Amino acid sequence: MSNVNQPGSDAAQSSAAEHTDTQASKTPVNVLIVGVGGQGVIMVSKVLATLCQQQGYQVKQSEVHGMAKRGGSVFSHVRFGEHVYSPTIPAGEADVLVALEWAEGLRWLSYLKPDTGILIADTQQIVPPFACRDRKHGAAMGYARETVADIAGQVTNCFAANAGQLADGLGNAKAANTLLLGMLSTALDFQEDTWRKVISQMVPPKTVDINMEAFSQGRDWVERFDPANVPHTEERPRPGQATPHEVHLELPEINRAWCKSCDICVKFCPERCLILDQDQKAVLSRPELCTLCRLCERLCPDFAIALNYKE
Amino acid sequence: MTQSSESKLQLDPEEVTPSPGNNPLAMRPMMGNEAIARGAWEAGCKVAAAYPGTPSTEIMENLAKYPAQDLHAEWSTNEKVALDVAIGGSFAGVRSFTSMKHVGLNVASDALMSQTYIGVNGALVLAVCDDPGIHSSQNEQDTRIYGHLAMTPVLEPTDAQEALEFTRLAFDLSEQFDTPVIVRSTTRLSHTRSLVQTGERLEVPCKGFREEPKKNVMIPGHARLRHGALIERERALKEYLESSDLIRWERGGDELGIITLSTAYTYVKELMPDASILKLGVSYPLPDAKLREFCASVKRVIVVEELEPIIENELKILGLKVEGKSLFPREGEFSTDVVREGLVQAQLLPPRAKIEALEVQPMARPPLLCAGCPHTSSYMALRALNSRVSGDIGCYTLAAVEPLKAIDTTVSMGSSIANASGMALAGTESRPIVATIGDSTFLHAGLPPLINAVYNNANITVLLLDNHITAMTGGQHHPGTGRNLRGEEAHQVDYEALIKSVGVKWIKTIDSYNMGTVFQTLREATEYKGVSVVIVDRPCVLDPVKLKGPAFQVNAEACTGCQTCMNLGCPAISWTDELYEGHHKVTIDEAACIGCSLCAQVSSTNCIEPIEAPQSL
Repeated sequence: MSNVNQPGSDAAQSSAAEHTDTQASKTPVNVLIVGVGGQGVIMVSKVLATLCQQQGYQVKQSEVHGMAKRGGSVFSHVRFGEHVYSPTIPAGEADVLVALEWAEGLRWLSYLKPDTGILIADTQQIVPPFACRDRKHGAAMGYARETVADIAGQVTNCFAANAGQLADGLGNAKAANTLLLGMLSTALDFQEDTWRKVISQMVPPKTVDINMEAFSQGRDWVERFDPANVPHTEERPRPGQATPHEVHLELPEINRAWCKSCDICVKFCPERCLILDQDQKAVLSRPELCTLCRLCERLCPDFAIALNYKE
Repeated sequence: MTQSSESKLQLDPEEVTPSPGNNPLAMRPMMGNEAIARGAWEAGCKVAAAYPGTPSTEIMENLAKYPAQDLHAEWSTNEKVALDVAIGGSFAGVRSFTSMKHVGLNVASDALMSQTYIGVNGALVLAVCDDPGIHSSQNEQDTRIYGHLAMTPVLEPTDAQEALEFTRLAFDLSEQFDTPVIVRSTTRLSHTRSLVQTGERLEVPCKGFREEPKKNVMIPGHARLRHGALIERERALKEYLESSDLIRWERGGDELGIITLSTAYTYVKELMPDASILKLGVSYPLPDAKLREFCASVKRVIVVEELEPIIENELKILGLKVEGKSLFPREGEFSTDVVREGLVQAQLLPPRAKIEALEVQPMARPPLLCAGCPHTSSYMALRALNSRVSGDIGCYTLAAVEPLKAIDTTVSMGSSIANASGMALAGTESRPIVATIGDSTFLHAGLPPLINAVYNNANITVLLLDNHITAMTGGQHHPGTGRNLRGEEAHQVDYEALIKSVGVKWIKTIDSYNMGTVFQTLREATEYKGVSVVIVDRPCVLDPVKLKGPAFQVNAEACTGCQTCMNLGCPAISWTDELYEGHHKVTIDEAACIGCSLCAQVSSTNCIEPIEAPQSL
C-alpha cells in the first residue's frame, strides 16, 4: 500500500491529501481521537483544536466527562472548517481516527470514511479485567484479537506504532502522545512548524526538546511505514483459538466429617456453586458451574475439600 | 501532504487569531459550561451556589475562577440548599445563580415551585444540564417539563456562544418579568468546546431587601394572589417572545419548515442547511402567533427536538398540523445520524449508502473502580457476607457489576439508607441488610433517612464510604473535606460525633485497606440489632491528590492462577499467557498499581509481594 504523506514528494497528492483539500472548504474535516481514561485523549484533541483555531478555522471539540477517569472508553470529536454545525462526527465520516489504544481504535473503526479514512493507532494494549473473566480451563483472554496486519488488510490508510516504546527509546514514554501527533500532522494540511509551536506551548517547558524529537519520530514513522514490519500488538491467545486444556482434575470432594461449617468456601467461591446444607455442611450444589479453580481447597482451614487428579 | 502551497486548508499566517490573553473582548475557546459561567459573571452575578453533578459540575468550578470580590461562589450540601442560597441572594437584592444536573432539579424543585410564585428581587437564574443518552446519570428526564410545571421560562442555547449570551440575557429577563429563569443545557452542549466572543462584566448595584410580605411570604392568602400574577407573567413573556431575537426564522423554500432548538438545531443545519428553519431559543413559553405564521408559510412542518415532544404537543394544542415523534425517537441522545434517519423516513433525504462492516470484534470496556480504590474491600466483604445491599449514587455504583457484583439496588441520592430501612421493616429478608453511601452523598441526603432509621428502629447496617471527596464528578470539596469551593479552609464535619448525636449506638471507623478488619467489622456490625454504622475511611486515589505508593508484583513461580485477586476487579491486574492447571497466571501493571496491597491480602498462595521491600518504621 502507498504511503500517505511524504512532504514534497508526489505522494503528497495521494488520496488523503486530495480528500482533505477538496473537502475542507465546504464540509468540515473530522478527526476522532479515542483511547482509555487517563491516556490523554482530551489533551491530544486540545492541541489539534488550538492549532485549528490559530489557523482561523471554526472548531468544535466534543467529549463526554464523568466516566473518563474510571478506565472506561474515552473519545473526543474534533471538527474544523469554515462552518461547523454538529459537534459530533457521524458514523462513516471521520477523515482521521487517532487511537491511543489498539482495541479502542478497533471499536471506532466504523466511524472512518470508507476507503479514504486514515487510521493512526498506538498498538499499546490496555487489558481490562473484563477481558480476564472467563474461568473455564484454557480460556483465552477476551482482548481484541485483530493484529495490525489484519487491520491493514481492511483499512487502506492504516498507520500503527508502539508509540510508548518508541518514546521510551527517546527517554520519556510520556511523549508517546506527541509521537502520535507527529503521525497525525502528516495527515492534515498544516505547516510543520505551526504544529511544533502549538505543542511547545502546551507541554511542560522542560520537556519541549524531547517532545519535539518525538514529534519528528512520529512523522518519520509514517514516511517509512511498512505494515508488514510493525512491532504490533503482543501476541495474545485468540478467542476460540486457544489450545483446549486437558483437565486432569475431578470436582471438589468434601469430607463431611472434617467440615466445621465455617462457610469460608461458600462465601469465597467465585461461581457461588457451594452451599451449606441442612446439617450445615458444605456441599457442591451446582457442579455445572464449578471451574475447578481450587480456591475452596486452598482456603479450607480444615483440609476438608480436595480436588483430586484424574486416574 | 502537509505543505502543498495551493491547499485550500492553508491560510495566511497573518490571519492567525492572536492568543486571547486578558483582552475581555477576544474570542476564546470555551466549553459550554465555561460559557455559562462566563455569562453569569458578565451579568454581574454576586451569589452563586451549586452541588456538583455531571454534566453541570464545571459551571461552578469555572465561576470560582473569577475573583472573590466579584462574587460569592460555593459548593452547597445539595441542590435544594444551593437554590435556597441563591434565592437568599435574590431576596437580598443581588443577581444570583445556581447550577445543577437534571436530577438535581428534582431535589431543588420544592424551592423552585414556591419561588416562581414569589418571583425575584435581584435576578435568579438556574442553569440545568440534561443528560440525553444517560452518559452519567440514573435517568433521562426532560427539564423542559419543569419549565411548564413551575411556569418558569426555559432558555435553550445551541452552542457555547449562545450559552454565554443566553445566560447573560436570562438575568435581564428574570428582573424584567419578575421570574426565576432556567437556562437549559445538555451534555453535548456542556462538554463541547468552541470559540466564544466574550464581553465585560456589568456591575449591577444591590437593590436592597424589598419588604413586601404579600410577595415574599407564601401563605395561602398571598399565594392565591400570586398564581394569577404567574398567568399574567406567562402572557407578557409570550408577547415579548413574538419579537425577540431568541426566536430566529431562517427563511428557505416553502415546501418544508423545520422547528428545532438546542443542539438538535446543529444536526438539522448539517443535513438541510438551506431549509426553512424556525430556531427556538426558548422552550417555555412559546410565541403562538410566530409559530402559526411559520407553519402557515410552508406546506409541511417537522419538529426536531431531543427527548419529549414538548414543542410538538404545544403546536398540536394550537391546532397546527406538525410531525415530530412519529419520525424521531423520544429516548436517547440525538446525533446527525439519528436526525438523518428521521428525515430519511420522512422522505426528505435519500437513504445513506450502506457502509460495509469491517471484520472486527470490538471488546467491551466498561468503567471500573480505580486501582487501589478504597471502596473495593467493602464490596468484596459484602459479597462474601451474602448481604442484601442497597447502594447509592457515586463511583461505587460500579460495584453492582462483576466481579464485585455486590449492590442490589440504586435509586437516587441518599436513597440507600431509607431503602434499607424499608426492606428491614418489611421483616421478610433473612440476609443482613446493608446500606452503602459515600461521604458526599451522605451529607447531601443521607442524614434525614439515618435519623429516621434510628427513630423507627430499623435493623440495618450503614456503610459510610468516606473517601474524603466528591469523587464521581471529578473531586469536589464538601463539608466533610475541610475545604470549600475556592480551596480555603472550612469547618470539617466530624462524622462519628454527628452520627452519635442522632442516636446511633454502634459506630466504628475502620481502614478500608485492611481486608481482615473490614470482614470482621462487617460481621460484627450486621450481627448488632438496630442501626449500626461502619465508617470505612481512606482517601480517594485520584482526588484531591493522585496517590501512588510502591507497586506490588506477582511471583509467577508461586501463582496458581487461583483468580482470587481477579475478584477485586482491579484494573492493574491482568492475565499472562502462562497457564497453571488451565488457568491464567496473573501480572500486575507496575505503573497502574498504587500499592494498596488488597490483592496481596486476598491471595491464596501469598504470591503477591511489594516490589521494594517495605521500609521498617
